[in-house]
Amino acid sequence: MTNITAILKKEFRSYFNSPIAYIFITFFLGISAWLFFRGFFLVNQAEMRGFFGLMPWIFLFFIPAVTMKLWAEEKKLGTVEILMTLPIRDYEVVIGKYLASFALLAVTVLLSLILPLSVMYLGNPDGGTLIGGYIGLLLMGGAYIAIGLFASTLTENQIVAFIFGITACFVLLIIGEDIVLFNAPNWLFPIFSYLGLGAHYSSILRGVLDSRDIIYYLSLIGFFLYLSTLSVESRKWR
Amino acid sequence: MIEVRELTKSYGTTIAVDQVSFDAHAGEVLGFLGPNGAGKTTTMRILTCYLSADAGSATVAGYDVFEESVEVRKQIGYLPESAPLYTDMGVIEYLNFMTQVRSLPKSERKERIRAVIDICGLEDVIQKDIGELSKGYRQRVGLAQSLIHDPPILILDEPTSGLDPSQIIEIRNLIKNIGQEKLVLFSTHILPEVSATCSRILIINNGKIVANGTPEELASQAKGEEIVHVTIRGSQEAIEAQFNELDFVSQWNRVDTNNGMVGYQIHASQESGAAEALFHVVVKNGWSLTELRQESVDLEDVFLNLTDREQV
Repeated sequence: MTNITAILKKEFRSYFNSPIAYIFITFFLGISAWLFFRGFFLVNQAEMRGFFGLMPWIFLFFIPAVTMKLWAEEKKLGTVEILMTLPIRDYEVVIGKYLASFALLAVTVLLSLILPLSVMYLGNPDGGTLIGGYIGLLLMGGAYIAIGLFASTLTENQIVAFIFGITACFVLLIIGEDIVLFNAPNWLFPIFSYLGLGAHYSSILRGVLDSRDIIYYLSLIGFFLYLSTLSVESRKWR
Repeated sequence: MIEVRELTKSYGTTIAVDQVSFDAHAGEVLGFLGPNGAGKTTTMRILTCYLSADAGSATVAGYDVFEESVEVRKQIGYLPESAPLYTDMGVIEYLNFMTQVRSLPKSERKERIRAVIDICGLEDVIQKDIGELSKGYRQRVGLAQSLIHDPPILILDEPTSGLDPSQIIEIRNLIKNIGQEKLVLFSTHILPEVSATCSRILIINNGKIVANGTPEELASQAKGEEIVHVTIRGSQEAIEAQFNELDFVSQWNRVDTNNGMVGYQIHASQESGAAEALFHVVVKNGWSLTELRQESVDLEDVFLNLTDREQV
């Protein structure tokens, strides 16, 4: 546990030692606010549906950008050799790095609470949707991070990790979309609709916090963290 | 403290380490010598549990590197080649991170950081970021990192590469001092380095250990053959015909021809006196001698000999 905390602290601080964290937070808040208020003034309603609806697509670009360096940079610099010869288990490093990205996401998402708070000031949005929306945001973001982390273990090139990450998240996102579902063969329909990242998110958005959706996200995160650990360990396979 | 038995590792079809076996004990400075790509780094990576071998076994301080890798890693301080460090961290911040991941007790952390700063001479740069440091200082931070938990075994991969001569001497002295109580295993492809620092040398070539002994032992192994440089003014054919007749000349090479003077490198099989004997031969034939020089046989010859022979 102390090992995980040490890695978490180091990685989290390194986000703020480099411009990544500031760029991420600024752009994320800026784009969110713009999208949010544009819809808000157009529809003239004090509600957050537009904001939450766009999040899966905004995360699609931002989260792989945050996770791409986690392993790729270590491999490029060679620091992975010191890291993996420390008396730490591989999964501890994986979890520590995951939690660091998740912490950055949580900070950013918390900062974006300014938006709903201002809406509350102007109108009276549905509290249930708001809480559900934020939980959904964190769960979905958490799943994206796990996928991005895995993508980063596959290469020493950050751009490649970024593209892998976007592609994997994109595929998981669209297979649950109606347009894909209705064109997919019948036998794939239930699988796709279950695996799709977006469907679970929208059901949480409706304010229904179903344990199945939470289990879906947690197991997706667990699965990709497991894959990441395997991928990191693969250097020792024989 | 380290026991390696028939360690083998290949990458695809290239065999990087081929049935390597050796032992190493505390108080030894063991030099891993070999040309680039000989398998030094791979062996070190296996010992530090970064990679695993295809076959064979290795134990470090009694722990198996495959089965008890976390225990092994606690015993080792490792500096990989070219000292890879987090360039966005400060020197103190980095060392502090290392004390955390090495699980040093909180009460000892400050003291250990202080100690490695003194040992490695980092006093002047403690305020800086690692990214701002020169190559020499980075190497020292890397060394400091490997010493932070006061490990009984230190594995250093080319610790002096890319340093200037005075830095090299500093690092060598440091290694010597550390090696008085601990086991230091370090690799290099620079020859004077091993004779200056090591108590024992392992020469490795094409993944195999081709020599193992103290610098003196290895140098004396190469004796028994004497190399003499001679430059003679005289007829080339006559000289060469004469060389072929001499018993003690096991091999000769013409190295240069210049204005009727011919230079040769002669390998003599007898213990000593080859130079003198050659002088008499030259006088007897009425040629004149412009140069006669005995080459000293040292580690360099051992090294070239062993590594060349393997490649042929």
